[in-house]
Amino acid sequence: MLVPGKIQHIICTGNLCIKEVQDYLKTLCPDLHITRGEYDEETRYPETKTLTIGQFKLGLCHGHQVIPWGDLDSLAMLQRQLDVDILVTGHTHQFTAYKHEGGVVINPGSATGAYSSITYDVNPSFVLMDIDGLRVVVYVYELIDGEVKVDKIDFKKTTTTTHSAH
Amino acid sequence: MMLNGAEDEEKWLAEGIAGIQHNAFYMHRALDSNNLREALKYSAQMLSELRTSKLSPHKYYELYMRAFDELRMLEMFFKDESKHGVSVVDLYELVQHAGNILPRLYLLCTVGSVYIKSKEAPVKELLKDLVEMCRGVQHPIRGLFLRSYLAQISRDKLTDIGSDHEGDVDTVMDAVEFVLQNFSEMNKLWVRMQNQEPGRAREKRKKERSELQDLVGKNLHVLGQIERVDLDMYKETVLPRVLEQVVNCKDDLGQYYLMDCIIQVFPDEYHLQTLEALLGACPQLQPTVDIKTVLSRLMDRLSKYAASSTDVLHEFLQVEAFTKLSNTIEKVIEVQVDMPAVGAITLYVSLLMFTLRVHPDRLDYADQVLGACVKKLSNMPKLEDSLATKQVVALLRAPLEKYNDIVTALTLSNYPRVMDHLDNGTNKVMAMVIIESIMKNNTCISTADKVEVLFELIKGLIKDLDGAVDELDEEDFKDEQNSVAKLIHMLYNDEPEEMGKIICIVWKHTMAGGPKRLPFTVPSLVFSALRLVRRLQGQEGDIVGEVVPATPKKIFQLLSQIIEALSAVPSPELALRLYLHCAEAANDCDLEHVAYEFFTQTFVLYEEEIANSKAQLTAIHLIIGALQRMTVFGVENRDTLTHKATGYSARLLKKPDQCRAVYTCSHLFWVDDEDGIRDGERVLLCLKRALRIANAAQQMANVARGSSGPITLFVEILNKYLYFFEKGNQQITAAAIQDLIELINTEMQGDSANPGSDPDVFLASTLRYIQFQKQKGGIMGGKFESIEL
Repeated sequence: MLVPGKIQHIICTGNLCIKEVQDYLKTLCPDLHITRGEYDEETRYPETKTLTIGQFKLGLCHGHQVIPWGDLDSLAMLQRQLDVDILVTGHTHQFTAYKHEGGVVINPGSATGAYSSITYDVNPSFVLMDIDGLRVVVYVYELIDGEVKVDKIDFKKTTTTTHSAH
Repeated sequence: MMLNGAEDEEKWLAEGIAGIQHNAFYMHRALDSNNLREALKYSAQMLSELRTSKLSPHKYYELYMRAFDELRMLEMFFKDESKHGVSVVDLYELVQHAGNILPRLYLLCTVGSVYIKSKEAPVKELLKDLVEMCRGVQHPIRGLFLRSYLAQISRDKLTDIGSDHEGDVDTVMDAVEFVLQNFSEMNKLWVRMQNQEPGRAREKRKKERSELQDLVGKNLHVLGQIERVDLDMYKETVLPRVLEQVVNCKDDLGQYYLMDCIIQVFPDEYHLQTLEALLGACPQLQPTVDIKTVLSRLMDRLSKYAASSTDVLHEFLQVEAFTKLSNTIEKVIEVQVDMPAVGAITLYVSLLMFTLRVHPDRLDYADQVLGACVKKLSNMPKLEDSLATKQVVALLRAPLEKYNDIVTALTLSNYPRVMDHLDNGTNKVMAMVIIESIMKNNTCISTADKVEVLFELIKGLIKDLDGAVDELDEEDFKDEQNSVAKLIHMLYNDEPEEMGKIICIVWKHTMAGGPKRLPFTVPSLVFSALRLVRRLQGQEGDIVGEVVPATPKKIFQLLSQIIEALSAVPSPELALRLYLHCAEAANDCDLEHVAYEFFTQTFVLYEEEIANSKAQLTAIHLIIGALQRMTVFGVENRDTLTHKATGYSARLLKKPDQCRAVYTCSHLFWVDDEDGIRDGERVLLCLKRALRIANAAQQMANVARGSSGPITLFVEILNKYLYFFEKGNQQITAAAIQDLIELINTEMQGDSANPGSDPDVFLASTLRYIQFQKQKGGIMGGKFESIEL
């Protein structure tokens, strides 16, 4: 799956730290979106980013700026501010995915299983999103005790943004 | 001059060929009319063309082949007695009447071929006769081709003898003797070519000789094909005689070719059993012989042979192959005093490759080879020859590639000593190779001892070596240090005490690395150490370790020191982040004073070292975020720190930044946890303060730029009001929220901003949210009921 050409966009919450990692991600897919984490040496990554893919507006932010860290309601505020359907943030190194009023907040976790002061026993994880019309399927891949576990979550967007299936 | 020579040669060759064709024509006529006398006459004339001295070997060969083809016709004629009516015995006699010796001998050989096949005389006598008579031609080129012809026509017969397992062993010996003698004579002729013309023609001679080498080598091939030449015969007769020729001819071209020929022609099994004799010849060869290539090829073949079966492997040990090879190499290096460094080292590389392939489990052998190389290198000035350096690198890479496991290479005691002899630049290259190997194979280095050895190997990367005034490219330096940083994560042991030792060693080397390296290496060390702290958290009491007990406290002390060193580089921003991580970890360990100390260090850095306003903004958010999560502080300590945090928040340069930092501080006074703080008043204070700052910002914008300010700040604050309202902060009323909404609406209208601008959109989504909450019903709905939109 990580063969170049299969992924159309890469959305990265940040803390790649060194350019080498950015270069590697670019080989997987040239359309790379990154926001700034507190350890990124590249200071020109933006604090937040929004982009549209198909019918969905996505927002991206590392998440150390949103306090309390990992707090869903505070993240929801950011989501409202950016006015996006899907908000992707990181920082906690813990995969989470919430359906929230009219939107989704996803944390893909840490791809490397890096140390976190917030999460004990970090399992490496990443997320693939399949956006098709008004539907997005989120696949999460986690490495737990040496085995890759996959899970799947479905979201459907209604044409109006107020209500969504809860 | 040369051009003329080449042209002339073409002319002479053409003349020669013409001569052959001319006489062949008449010879054929004679054969057709069964006229023996005429046939002999014309064939002799034809063969006279081969008496020429004017042709180079290459051209002579062409001439020879013409004659050769014609002689086949003649041979067929000789064979058929009915055609010419002369017995082969008489024929043998008859041809000796030819005038000149060369034609005479060719004819003799041709008849001899028929004679041999007829079985009318004992083969031994015949062969002996022929091989000795050929001595009559001492001219190198002519002699070589003549003897080659002899070898050619006797080949079938020798094959028959060789494969006749019923036959007498004496017959085999006779055949072998014949070939050996022919070989010896040919070698002598061949060597003589070199000595013929000294001076500038030397190189030309050499080239010509190499064109002829296969004629000489053919004899060895024949010997190799005689089936009944078994190991004993090879050992007792063949090899000694051949080696005698090789050594005594004292000709470097010949020696090189023939040694290689022996190795390629005869089976590996034989080589193994005659190793002593074969290798014994090596030091006796001329110094100009490329012995390292010869030995490399031998070792290469033997390696492959060893891989063919396990029984074979046993043989290797039995004949002590490694020892013999090792000794020979030492002797060769000793004897050839002028051998350059690269030659000696290449020999060691070949020997090491052999060892790794044939005796992979014998690390002591591998270490021995490295040791021998170290000894050699010690007796030389520091390597400057790049080829030699390349070979040393090849030597060092070989065990890495073979074992795919750096840990094994680390047990070779001479490995670091070899590395010491590299110049600084190459040393670093090698260190990178080692790290790459570890990363590629996902190797974990799990004991303190091995880590120490590893760091010794890569010392060129982790500190400034003596005398190294490195004008190092910044990119390269970065790559190097990032590699070291990655490496640190590969040093790991599940067992806390051992891990503690590893951390200490890494800490020691990292501290000694100097300011330029700290920003790269310290983060890895810190996180690796904090991981250990996590593991120790659950454990009660101190671990009884001898030198350094691995306790969280001790580790925090080490980290504090090294982060301080980092901040002095200067790298205050990174240091600040690491201090905060340590503080959080200390919090989880219930170490209030340690956590407080880390926060102190953090604030000191913030005050003294972080001047850039953007950096300050990020830093203050990190501080607030971490502080918000602290549970270990008593009231006093907590108050001091939150006071500091809010104070700095309010003193950020830009008003919007101030505003945001201040409302973020509100979270310091409200933790969702049941036992956590819930100080509604102070929350409200923060939010009101933020509001005041937002107002001020608004006014400033009006005055300074004539435009409206950041209305979005008000919407952000509104969202915070909603947050705490929902959480149940009594101090935040629906009325307050209502007022805020109206304030925002007013500001929006007064503003020339377009609909769809950011604040507008944000407000809209916020109002939607409120609406949504109202419609929820229940408690939440009740709360929001009084807010009118």
